[in-house]
Amino acid sequence: MASNPIKQVTGKGVFVSGDDIDTDRIIPARFMKCITFDGLGEYLFHDVRKTESGEDKQHNLNDPRFGKASIIVSGNNFGCGSSREHAPQSILRAGYNAVVAGSFAEIFFGNSTNLGVVCVTAIDADRQILAAAIERNPDLEITIDVEDHKVWFDDEFIKCDIKAGARDSLMSGTYDPLDELLQGAAQVTAVTDALPYMQA
Amino acid sequence: MSKSLFEKVWDAHAVRQLANGQTQLLIGTHLIHEVTSPQAFGMLRDKGLQVQYPHRTFATVDHIVPTNEAVEPYSDPLAQGMIEELRNNCAENNVTFFDTNTGKQGVVHIVGPEQGITQPGTTIACGDSHTATHGAFGAIAFGIGTSQVRDVLATQTIALNELKVRRINVNGDLAPGVYAKDVILHIIRQLGTQGGTGFAYEYAGTTFDNFTMEERMTVCNMSIEGGARVGYVNPDEVTFEYLKGRPYSPKGDAWDAAVEEWKSFASDEGCSFDDVVNINASEIQPTVTWGITPAQGVGINENIPAIAEGATESDRASIAEALEYMKFEGGSPMKGKKIDVAFIGSCTNGRLSDFQEVARYVKGHKVADGVQAIIVPGSQVVAKIAEELGLNKIFIEAGFEWRAAGCSMCLAMNPDKLIGDQLCASSSNRNFKGRQGSPTGRTMLMSPLMVAAAAITGEVSDARDVFTVAS
Repeated sequence: MASNPIKQVTGKGVFVSGDDIDTDRIIPARFMKCITFDGLGEYLFHDVRKTESGEDKQHNLNDPRFGKASIIVSGNNFGCGSSREHAPQSILRAGYNAVVAGSFAEIFFGNSTNLGVVCVTAIDADRQILAAAIERNPDLEITIDVEDHKVWFDDEFIKCDIKAGARDSLMSGTYDPLDELLQGAAQVTAVTDALPYMQA
Repeated sequence: MSKSLFEKVWDAHAVRQLANGQTQLLIGTHLIHEVTSPQAFGMLRDKGLQVQYPHRTFATVDHIVPTNEAVEPYSDPLAQGMIEELRNNCAENNVTFFDTNTGKQGVVHIVGPEQGITQPGTTIACGDSHTATHGAFGAIAFGIGTSQVRDVLATQTIALNELKVRRINVNGDLAPGVYAKDVILHIIRQLGTQGGTGFAYEYAGTTFDNFTMEERMTVCNMSIEGGARVGYVNPDEVTFEYLKGRPYSPKGDAWDAAVEEWKSFASDEGCSFDDVVNINASEIQPTVTWGITPAQGVGINENIPAIAEGATESDRASIAEALEYMKFEGGSPMKGKKIDVAFIGSCTNGRLSDFQEVARYVKGHKVADGVQAIIVPGSQVVAKIAEELGLNKIFIEAGFEWRAAGCSMCLAMNPDKLIGDQLCASSSNRNFKGRQGSPTGRTMLMSPLMVAAAAITGEVSDARDVFTVAS
């Protein structure tokens, strides 16, 4: 069962400043006491958005001007730390489907791609241009062109990058690899047969 | 052609190339726990799929278990629900579960090695980023997401890009009072939090040759904190000695054959690496983090950096953000910061030798007034041996709390949490904002003995000043 191909993502943006935004920040561990991912959207960036007494902090993620955003623009090493898929799951369930960052932590990048959350990188200067454009006009329509390595807004664009494998799987709708992995069952047996520790 | 261990293990487990260029890689050993597996079992049920190789998945419960509450139902119904879900999933799918009543439960990265499940030349995956711990045995061990846990359950494989390999040589003797924890904090400080992205780290050199398995595990454990998903040490006699006689280790003739096979996986003499870094062990100081990433560390006798010391604008912004969160003054000494909580435990430093080393020095000392100091063994096996050796009595006498096995205050998914902006000296692996359960809680990472020194003086201290530290 292939998913829908993702060649472009279009939406409004929100800038979340800072480098090394870790997965504890994206979804604090205390909200992972659950056996499904269903309710996680509510807790996305919880402690970034809320004070300890539960009031909204002044932050772009609480600003109604960016309330319709579906694309997050952020810093370097986005998604570092824990391997929790709860992080991209909460991003997706809060209504975002793409992140433009300086770089991504590897596990987060893989987890996101498997879910069809598009993660592209752009250099600092270009992301600053994009963030400034969003700040000037929160209703700015942004299009990430996965195929063409560009992020368009108005008539401008910045260059972006994405790993070739991830790009191919997004564009062909095969980013969830399970079906393809299942098709390799016979070859898996051949490999396990050659490994003593795999024998029952 | 000569090859690294990474290439050999990869080649032995590569099933085929996928359409997008990734490799379908066999995961020989799969470890699961209660936080990242329930959704994967749910996805399997939704798709009508079975666990393909149930004898190659092993489960335990660690993140949510209370450490001061032995009887179920736990006071937290969500925690109770999670342990029951795992119990049911394991029973329904014939997966071995080291439950709390087995005497073998503990942090997944401590249980695997001590049961002999973690073996050289194997691939290991777990829905936890600290899975690189198992690389200490010469395994290639990956932290994976929940959809990949599903993939392993359903196919025993995952789709992955091959990694580059960076060899990190550490040569020489560590000074007394400098530990494996300081080695990895030093490496991360040098190479940064994303220096390892796209790499497997091969740790080598005489310092690693002389390390015990537990010390090697401490270093491999924090590879991900430097951005490297995989870290490993080549297997040697120290590895084989550790594994001999463990419950899941091969026995009899199979043992001898296994050792021969394991040796063959070690990196070949003269094989090439994508990058090589050399570090002199004598330069490594007891290291303490002052900020909100594991790379924001200094030697105990250094000062915390001032904002102006950042080389780039983004460095200066990171320092400013960290200082503000930690409520520290730039340029002030690392030493002397008053702590509220001391935590010794976690998959990084929750093993027997960590507790033996601390017990050796804290005898006769008392935890400072106003400091809560807790010690959490990494597994029930560790707890039992420590108690047989009387370590728990030494700790309790010195004013530490001795708890039951689990992840505890490393990530505070159980009742062990910081409150408000408490400052914690911690032997764990992450100092992220809010990591220890309070959105404003503050964490400083350091070795177990440095945590003990801080607990006793009530402030960040050089353990070598507090105790008479011998090699």
